[in-house]
Amino acid sequence: MDATLQAAGAGHLRTATALRRRRRRTDRMARLLAWLATLVALAFLASILVTLLYLGVPGLKPAVFTTVTKAPGSGGGLANAIVGSLVQTGLGTLVGTPIGIMVGTYLAEYAGTSALGNAVRFVSDILLSAPSILIGLFIYQVLVSPLGGFSGWAGAAALAILVIPIVVRTTEDMLRLIPISLREASIALGAPRWRTIVFICYRAALDGLLTGVLLAMARVAGETAPLLFTSLGNSDYSGLGSAMSSVPVTIYQYAASAFDDWVQLAWTGALLITLGVLAINVAARFFIRRR
Amino acid sequence: MDVTASQALHPAEASLPPVPARTPSRGVGDRIFALAAHSAGYFVLILLGSIIVLLFWGGLPAFRAFGPGFLASAAWNPVTERFGALVSVYGTIVSSVLALMMAVPLAFGVAFFLTELAPGWMRRPVGTAIELLAAVPSIIYGMWGFFVLAPAIGHTIKPFLSSTLGQVPGLAVFRAAPGDASIFTASVVLAIMIIPFIAATMRDVFLTVPVIFKESAFGLGCTSWEVMRSIVLPYTRASVVGGIMLGLGRALGETMAVTFVIGNTNRISPSLFAPGNTIASLVALEFPEAEGGSLQLSSLLALGFLLFVISFVVLAISRTLLVQRVRH
Amino acid sequence: MSQAVEQAVDQGSAPASARPATRPPAQCKLSIRRLDFFYGANRALKGIDLDLPERQVTGMIGPSGCGKSTLLRVLNRMYDLYPGQRAEGEVLMEGMNILASTVDLNALRSRIGMVFQKPTPFPMSIFDNIAFGVKLHERLSRAEMAERVEWSLTRAALWGEVRDRLASPASGLSGGQQQRLCIARTIATRPEIILLDEPTSALDPISTLKIEELIDELKRDFTIAIVTHNMQQAARCADQVAFFYLGELVEVGQAGDIFTNPKQKRTQEYVTGRFG
Repeated sequence: MDATLQAAGAGHLRTATALRRRRRRTDRMARLLAWLATLVALAFLASILVTLLYLGVPGLKPAVFTTVTKAPGSGGGLANAIVGSLVQTGLGTLVGTPIGIMVGTYLAEYAGTSALGNAVRFVSDILLSAPSILIGLFIYQVLVSPLGGFSGWAGAAALAILVIPIVVRTTEDMLRLIPISLREASIALGAPRWRTIVFICYRAALDGLLTGVLLAMARVAGETAPLLFTSLGNSDYSGLGSAMSSVPVTIYQYAASAFDDWVQLAWTGALLITLGVLAINVAARFFIRRR
Repeated sequence: MDVTASQALHPAEASLPPVPARTPSRGVGDRIFALAAHSAGYFVLILLGSIIVLLFWGGLPAFRAFGPGFLASAAWNPVTERFGALVSVYGTIVSSVLALMMAVPLAFGVAFFLTELAPGWMRRPVGTAIELLAAVPSIIYGMWGFFVLAPAIGHTIKPFLSSTLGQVPGLAVFRAAPGDASIFTASVVLAIMIIPFIAATMRDVFLTVPVIFKESAFGLGCTSWEVMRSIVLPYTRASVVGGIMLGLGRALGETMAVTFVIGNTNRISPSLFAPGNTIASLVALEFPEAEGGSLQLSSLLALGFLLFVISFVVLAISRTLLVQRVRH
Repeated sequence: MSQAVEQAVDQGSAPASARPATRPPAQCKLSIRRLDFFYGANRALKGIDLDLPERQVTGMIGPSGCGKSTLLRVLNRMYDLYPGQRAEGEVLMEGMNILASTVDLNALRSRIGMVFQKPTPFPMSIFDNIAFGVKLHERLSRAEMAERVEWSLTRAALWGEVRDRLASPASGLSGGQQQRLCIARTIATRPEIILLDEPTSALDPISTLKIEELIDELKRDFTIAIVTHNMQQAARCADQVAFFYLGELVEVGQAGDIFTNPKQKRTQEYVTGRFG
């Protein structure tokens, strides 16, 4: 009797082991594939960075920063494009940030779950992911076509529209993290709501708000499509009133050209803009981590 | 002044300072601030409204000239002024869907890795690296795709697929075509670009699964994969689909990267290795050259309107699915 | 109001030894009359009648969810922040119904201060934490502000611990210090009434003791209402104790009577620990 019991038990254990082995194999396969997927994704990033360094660094000369774009073969640089990018990105961020912060404030502090609030939240999310080329078309219709020409203003306006939804999202998220007790403590002192928001909530969420602005800036600094129809590009320094050069658009125009020195400039420009954008991104994450 | 001096010396014993006339607060500041906040909210609504209206308005002459046939026509000829959306809509949808098919498994693997498998010290740097992949400007993807990826595909995947699957009758999509620029190459670039968006969304929703569910499954002896498949995925299904739709929305409107590698040919070819175009690449390429007020310009704006409608629908579905999860 | 404050000034400046005995026949500072409170359709307070005697501590006790904190939040109209919450009845402060819609809420809240369960230091320096509240209602010179900050920190028994680091962030203080900072911040605006909502529930015993001593000291100048779950705390701090149960005020009386000789059976059961 003992023997039969033992045999039954052993049989049970044996099938269980077989099952367990199969399950373990499946699990190991899934883990392996997940590791591989991650490695593949990281390999793409590495490949992009290595390509940029390999092809971009040789062209990194002082002239890139001091000379404006010139005809092929005459040793031009990217100075006007860099200035144009800084001006348009700066202006776009400057205009888009306050609007974005006010919208985020509206959503976090006033809207609640009202129909209007949900509509604004929905529309802002759509704008966040909408194709940026369409923003370019929109600004073309509003500013370029009626006013009769491409301009740095139009480029900055397109970038500002792209900045808004990014700032809205981070502002709302960050303000929602502020505990209600902090707001109540301020209100209980007799502070009006706006003072509570501006001096307590914004202050408590400052790192987060700054992160949002930095991320927005990094995003629009690399944008090309919306600038194609708005500021277009310029072969020299220019004011905001006329067509204005930018690094991404210059890269676009030079990269596929037949001239080696232009292609070289495109790679150098690509290296600069990527390093700039990634640096801002890392800085922004540093701010979040500090919280 | 004397009083204040004595108070400073013995503050503890000092009496309450005299009560001032409280500055009357009439709530003006509150009203102005609330007004500004509400106006900002309305501004966003008006902004999206004007984008829709102006794109439609700009495309109206083309819609009028070609009617519903605009959608069905494969023509794109600035000389004869015959324009149609069929080819670019086809290219947009095919390249995006193909990209999705490649990106979803990879993104899922990355999210699985980041939430369940990666050792603690690895999660942050690897997660950041994946996020940086999303931060690289799209024009950089275009250049990299053009100079590095397209030739690589031309030398490896294309010959392999066309000599194997491409020979199977009925699988003409894998038949070889000349040149490295193709819809297939564009899909690969798009796939790489949307991996971080899908992976980040999946990671975030996987993290919303209550630890206690996972622990009780592990407690029954489940493996990591079994916990993922039978606990985490069912729990987060809607949001996972939402994240995938978000990636699709991104892919549909991507412009610069696609323009570099798709070949920009207005023709529907049976092979995925043949060049094509998308709405965004066609607009980016031809808009700067189109004359103001021309039918070509209007047709491009009409395409823009179409792209907007497609993206809007996809993004709206994505958002609805993602918001449901947050509410739970 | 000015009369009340003059009295407060007189009393405050009197030497501690000359203070009147603990329970003078006090004037009523705040009268709550037939107060009902609703969260949406849910009636959380039912016909409350209660007087807060001037410069005394009123302790509010009762099991969780019985409406004590709700009552505090009515007294400074904090509920106004949330749609769907409303109060009916009267709360009279010097003859004025503070529930009236015409009341200037910011001015009201400067007269009725509040300290919360958990310390709520603002994300700024210790000095600025106190100056923030004062600046809302008064324009002071730099010297006057410094003096006010010192005064309030001294009253909150915190001055000695922070005098050397007024410019450092308030978040660096310990929990007990943060809570005393919040008290200092509240009294710096010189309210007439201070509402304390379980002010020691997040603190360790030593910090709790300090806050309790502080309450005893503050009642020389301020009318105080304190919600507490801690029966001993109510017995130690309060002159008058009110027992709430299920949104009703069951019994109110002198602290000694409530704890040793309650009239209601439910009160007795609660204070002897048989439920709640």
